Amino acid sequence: MKNQSKKKIGKASNTLYCLLIYLFLFLPIAVIVVNSFNATTAKPYLSWKGFTLDWYIRLFDNAALLSSFGNTMIIAAVNTLLATCIGTLAAVGMYKYKFRGKTVIDALLYIPVVIPEIVMGISLLTLFSKTSIPRGMLSLILAHITFSIPFVIFNVRARLAGYDNSVEEASLDLGANRMQTFFRITLPVLAPGIGGGALLAFTLSLDDVIISYFTNGQTMTFPLKVMESIKSGVSPDINALSALILIGTILLVVLTQRTSMNKKG
Amino acid sequence: MIGKKMKASSVSAAVMVGPVTLWLVFFVAVPLLYVFVMSFCSLDQNYNVVFHFTMENYARLFDINYLEIYVQSLVIAFLTTVICLVLAYPFSFLIARTTSRYKAVLYMLVIIPFWTNSLIRIYGWRTFLGANGWLNHVLISAGIVDTPLDLLFSKGATILGMVYCLFPYMVMPLYTAIEKLDRNLLEASADLGARKVTTYRKIVIPLTASGIFSGSIMVFIPCLGLFFVSDILGGGNSDIIGNLIERQFQSGNNWPLGSALSIILIAVTLLLVKLYQKCGGDLESLGV
Repeated sequence: MKNQSKKKIGKASNTLYCLLIYLFLFLPIAVIVVNSFNATTAKPYLSWKGFTLDWYIRLFDNAALLSSFGNTMIIAAVNTLLATCIGTLAAVGMYKYKFRGKTVIDALLYIPVVIPEIVMGISLLTLFSKTSIPRGMLSLILAHITFSIPFVIFNVRARLAGYDNSVEEASLDLGANRMQTFFRITLPVLAPGIGGGALLAFTLSLDDVIISYFTNGQTMTFPLKVMESIKSGVSPDINALSALILIGTILLVVLTQRTSMNKKG
Repeated sequence: MIGKKMKASSVSAAVMVGPVTLWLVFFVAVPLLYVFVMSFCSLDQNYNVVFHFTMENYARLFDINYLEIYVQSLVIAFLTTVICLVLAYPFSFLIARTTSRYKAVLYMLVIIPFWTNSLIRIYGWRTFLGANGWLNHVLISAGIVDTPLDLLFSKGATILGMVYCLFPYMVMPLYTAIEKLDRNLLEASADLGARKVTTYRKIVIPLTASGIFSGSIMVFIPCLGLFFVSDILGGGNSDIIGNLIERQFQSGNNWPLGSALSIILIAVTLLLVKLYQKCGGDLESLGV
């Protein structure tokens, strides 16, 4: 009897502990979302002055903010496409072939993952300033691909660990050429790993602050726009756009999970 | 025949691995080497970098003001790591071993906050903690305090922001390690009369050590560089190595000195990674 009530208390305190952690994680997001509906104009928007949808409407008049968001989407899309192609080819190639210098490539892959982002940022800045690569959209895309490639490779590699090579041999034996085998056998098997890598590349790119901060030149991305506005107090339309981006990302992930689950089932 | 096959495979190897090799050499190796070279360069009167060998940048690293910031930075990173571990371990344990059918959702809920821009979430904390922020509002109207608490622009606020930013990097490896734990081992230990504490100390902790190590390294290293957290929440009172580097490359406009600072940061990182590998850590588990 006593034991049972003790167990109940234990279970309740476990649940409470988890709830507190989730509260901690979601608290600043709640602040953003609440303030995006807050009718106050007095910076820094601390007290509640009633519900409004104004900020969501005014958002579409803020050309500078919208264009920074447009840049972020273009960079994220191009980055995802190219990093996923380069990374997938590399992961399969490194899995299948032995060649000299493989350990060097492996070591280089870990550098962007392990060293602090600021070091990646300043090293790319020095490169772009020394070469004739103009700082702007192009340098941002190049920088984002650089930090995304390793994550794509690790994701695809995790999928390759359980890969049965004999399927490919069978395909070749049955008269398919290497191209056909790659596109019709290898690629579909690896699809979940590639998808996971691509999603990671996209979300990393969307949120990147530090590396973009050093490589942007005059081009603004959404996170950099936020950084700029923090000095003067974040305006509520930025809160509104952040809330919309969050909802967009959740939808994107739920949809991709759904389709990959349906394919499995 | 064999020769032809060999040739075909070396061509496809080149096609597959070539792009990534070129990319990593040009955008990772060359820039880092260039930073290394620049750390020995001088500035002319117009603050342009000139290739004139000097050790002066490294000598300046021993400036007492800088030394204070290194120590402060390491203290902040250490405390952040410890707090993350202490908070995340029981939490990861509970969600990794729950029998609830919403287990996947519970895990996803840790990741979802990180799909909003990290700067704006840190700014959310500033709004929450500020002198007339939500927290002080609640505390005052509840009669707990009379005057608003001064919570912002301190080392504590910076550590809170760091813990917040890096928490999922601790949860992910812990969750993976704990999920792999064999339930039978825990039962066997209990059956053989071990108390709960003994089971944790002798079985659970050692078997999840890999998660503890990779989580700690994934929190500690970025914590040395996240300059915007100490900018927004620390208000200049809790600068870290990242702030020093950022200033040299932006307002300070002394790239050689910034490069020397970066080389030190790289050295610290490599040292920690070597230590991690010595402890049996696997680099691969830092990636995903």
